Amino acid sequence: MISRREFLTVSLATGGGLLLGFSTASQAETAPASVVPAVASGKDFAPNAWVRIAPDGQITLVVSASEMGQGAMTALPMLIAEELDAEWGRFNTEFAPANQAYANPLLGGQITGGSATVRGFYTKMREVGATAREMLLQAAAKQWSVSANALITEPGRVVHPGSGRIALYGELAEAAASVPVPGSVMLKSEKDFRIIGKPTPRLDTPIKVNGQAGFGIDARPEDLRIATIERCPVFGGKVKSFDATAAKAVKGVLAVIGLDHGVAVLARDYWTAEQGRQQLKIDWDLGPLADLSSEGITRMLRAGVETKARPAAKHGQGAGALPSAGSKKIFRAVYQVPYLAHTCMEPMNCTAAVTADGVTVWAPTQAQGNAQRAAAKAAGVDASKVMVHTTFLGGGFGRRSESDFVTEAVQLAKQHGHPVKVIWSRPDDVQHDYYRPIAYNELSAELDAHGMPKTWVHRIAGPSIWSRIAPARVKNGIDPSAVEGAADLPYAIPNLEVTYALIDPGVPVGFWRSVGHSQNAYVVECFLDELAAQSGQDPFEYRKKLLKDQPRYLAVLEKAAEMANWGKPLPKRHHHGIAVAKAFGSYCAQVAEVSIESGKPRVHKVHCAIDCGVAVNPSGVEAQMQSAIVYGLTAALSGKITLKNGRVQQQNFNDYPALRIDEMPEIAVAIIGSGVESGHTLGGVGEPGLPPIAPAVVNALRAATGKPQRELPIRL
Amino acid sequence: MIELTVNNRKLQLDVAEQMPLLWALRDHLGLTGTKFGCGAGLCGACTVHLDGKAIRSCVTPISSAQGKRITTIEGLSAVSDHPVQLAWIAEDVPQCGYCQSGQIMQAVALLAETPQPSEQQIEQAMAGNLCRCGTYNRIKSAIRRAAKSNESMAVAAVNTALVDNEATEVRS
Ligand code: FES
Ligand code: FES
Repeated sequence: MISRREFLTVSLATGGGLLLGFSTASQAETAPASVVPAVASGKDFAPNAWVRIAPDGQITLVVSASEMGQGAMTALPMLIAEELDAEWGRFNTEFAPANQAYANPLLGGQITGGSATVRGFYTKMREVGATAREMLLQAAAKQWSVSANALITEPGRVVHPGSGRIALYGELAEAAASVPVPGSVMLKSEKDFRIIGKPTPRLDTPIKVNGQAGFGIDARPEDLRIATIERCPVFGGKVKSFDATAAKAVKGVLAVIGLDHGVAVLARDYWTAEQGRQQLKIDWDLGPLADLSSEGITRMLRAGVETKARPAAKHGQGAGALPSAGSKKIFRAVYQVPYLAHTCMEPMNCTAAVTADGVTVWAPTQAQGNAQRAAAKAAGVDASKVMVHTTFLGGGFGRRSESDFVTEAVQLAKQHGHPVKVIWSRPDDVQHDYYRPIAYNELSAELDAHGMPKTWVHRIAGPSIWSRIAPARVKNGIDPSAVEGAADLPYAIPNLEVTYALIDPGVPVGFWRSVGHSQNAYVVECFLDELAAQSGQDPFEYRKKLLKDQPRYLAVLEKAAEMANWGKPLPKRHHHGIAVAKAFGSYCAQVAEVSIESGKPRVHKVHCAIDCGVAVNPSGVEAQMQSAIVYGLTAALSGKITLKNGRVQQQNFNDYPALRIDEMPEIAVAIIGSGVESGHTLGGVGEPGLPPIAPAVVNALRAATGKPQRELPIRL
Repeated sequence: MIELTVNNRKLQLDVAEQMPLLWALRDHLGLTGTKFGCGAGLCGACTVHLDGKAIRSCVTPISSAQGKRITTIEGLSAVSDHPVQLAWIAEDVPQCGYCQSGQIMQAVALLAETPQPSEQQIEQAMAGNLCRCGTYNRIKSAIRRAAKSNESMAVAAVNTALVDNEATEVRS
C-alpha cells in the first residue's frame, strides 16, 4: 500500500502531458532538478514520477529497480501496464535516478536485492497504473459529459460503449493532468489479469542481441580517460610510497594517481593503462592481515564455534535434550563452506565526471542511494549534487550493492579533472571482492525410536555481513543473515538449538546470491539426509513426515518428486537427491539426477518446483530458476576462494571456474501458483532457486557413493 | 598506422601493434557491443569474427587483424534480423545480456561451418563462452531454432549477404 507519508502528485509534463508520481515527506536521496533532465528527456520531469503520458501518446514508465538480468525492467512495467490498461510494449522505459521516492517499500531504500523488487512493488506499481487510468477516465467523462462509470478502457484508450466514442490516452493526457488525484483506486482481481501471469518476452531482449544495451563499462562521456588500479594485495593494506617513472614512460599513459589503497594509471584506453600499471613500483604497508591463511581462518572458526556461541534459536530443551557427551546415540557432523567470489560477467567498473556544478556518475549499481552517498563523500559535496545514471548491469548477485568502485571513479575524476572510467581486471574482481562468508558448522542430533530427529543442535561460526553494513541489525551477537535457513527450520523436531559465533578474520564479506541460505540450506538439507540414511528411510518420505504441518513446503516437495518420478528406476548409475528450502518468501524444492563420470559428478537433470505466491512473468521465473541453479551449481562444484599470506590465491576463470554449457543439466521448472488473493504471501524469485541445488546434488552423490560430502566445493 | 576493415568499413588507427583488438574496438572505435570479461581467452565475452571465424579479441593483437575482415555484433545485421539474432529473440535468451554478443558471434560462426550441429557439436563450439546468468539451455534452444531456419537457406548465402550489409557507423 502507499504509505501515509506519501501522497500522489500530478503535474503537467513537457508538452502538456500527464505526469504521475509519488512524493515522500522526507527525501534523503534527492536528485537535483537541474541534473534530472539528463535522465529523462523532458525538461519538467519530476524525479519521483513513475508514469509520463505525452499528448502524442508516448507513454514512459520509470523502472525503479536495477536491471541485472533478473527481469525487473519487464516485470515492473507489467504491473503498471496491467492496471493502466496500456498496450503492452507500446511504451518507453527509463531507469530511475537516485531518489528516496524510488525506495523499495519492502527494503526502505533504493536497493535492488533480497529478491524484493516485484514483491516490494507489487501493490504500489499497480496503484500507480490504476490511478493514471482513473484520471484518464475522469478526463474523458468530463470531455464527453458522461459519467465515468459509463466508460471502459481498452488497451491504450478510453471507450464510451454507449456512443461508441473513443479517445486515445495521449489525446486525454493534457486534460487528465488537471483532474484531482483520486484518494483511492480499485485494483483488478487476479482473475482479470491480462498481462500479469502471462509468459512475457523481456523488453530488453532486442537491444541485448545487437550490442546496443549500455552497460556501465560502455559509458563514454566526452573527454573520457580509462583508469586501472593496482590495489594492495592484502585486505586493508595501504600504499606507503610508489615510483611512477616507468609507468609514466609508457606511451599513452596520461597520469598516475596515488590513492589510499592503491595506485591508478590513466590512459585513453584500458590496455595502455594496464601497460602502465605493470610498470608501477609500489611499497605497501600490508597491515595486520599479511599472515592470514585459509588454514588459520578455519582454526579460528573451529576454536570459537562453541566458546563464542550465542543463542539464535531454541525449542524444547534444545541441546540439553542430547544424551551426555560421548553417547553413541549422538550423531555428529562438521560441515564447511568456503568464501566465494561473485564474478559477475561484467567486471566492476564505474564512470564519473566531477565539475564545479556537481558530480555525475554512470554506474552499474544495485544501490543508487549508496552510490550517491559514496560519490558525494568522495567528491566532498552534498548528495543533492550527485546525479546517478543507472546503466544495465552485467550481473549483480549482491556484489553491485557495494559502492567501492563508485568511490574510486569519483576520487580519480576529481583529482584528474577529467571524466574517468575505472575498469577492474578479472583478477582485480576475484581478489578484491566482498565474499560470501566462510562458515564452519557443527551439528549433533539424536533420533527417536522411529528414526526421526528428536533433538537437533546446529552451531555455526563465521564472519558477519551486517556488522559492516548495518551493525544495528546484529542483535545479541546474532547476524540474521548468518543463521537464515538454519534458525528457522520448518521441520517438526521437538528439541532444537541453533547458535552462532561471530568470528571475523578480516576478509571483507558481503551479500552473495541468496546470502545465508546459500550455505545453510546445504548444511541443513544434507545433514537431514544423513539422518534419513542413518535410520534407513527414504529422504523424500522422511521430509514429508517432518513437514506435515507445512503445506507450502510440502506442495513444492511433492511436485518436484512427482516431476522426477521419485522412487522409480533411473538409468544405470544415475541417482536422485532431493532438497527443499524457503528463502526470500518463496518455497523451492529440487530433485537432482546425478551420476559420477570419470571420477567427477555429472548433473544430468534438475527438477525444480517453485511457489512464489504470484508469478508475474512465468517466463522470467523459469529463467531465474535456471539462473540460480547454474550459479549455485557452479559454487557447489568448484567455488572456493582461498588465502595465503593475506592474499586471495585465485584470479580468473581458470582457477575460479564457472559452469560451462557442456556441463549444463537439463532443467525442468514447475511454478506452483498459489495466488496472493488466496491469502498467500508473495515471494521473491531471483535467489530462492539457489539454496536447494547444492544439497540436492550432494544428496544424490551420497546415494551414489554412500558417503556424505561435508565440505563444499564437492570433492569425490 | 594500422589499417583495419571493421564491419565492412576501412579505417586507420594510430595505436600500438600489440594492443588487443578488443580495446581498439571498444575504446578507440567506440564499438562497445563487444565485451570484456576476463582478458585472457577464458570467457568468450569478447568474441568477434576475423574473416568469418570466431576469435577472442582480448588476446588477438591488432596487428594480426590487419588485412582481414573484422565483424563485430554491431556489424552482424543492419536491423537485428540475422537468423541467429531472431532465434535469440524468439527464445528470449538474454538475462543480464553481458555475455550475449560473444555467444551470438560464436553461434553464428558455428552455424556457418556446421549448419545442422548435433547437441555435442553445439556444446563443443559454445563451451568457451561463459554465461554467469546461466542462459545455456535457452542458448541451446536458440541455436537449434536457428539451425532449423538454416535448413531452407544456404548459410553461405546468408553470410555473403551479411558482408554486403550497410555496417554500423563507426565513431573514432
Ligand atoms: S574477455 Fe576475451 S575471452 Fe574473456
Ligand atoms: S546473460 Fe548474463 S552473463 Fe550471460
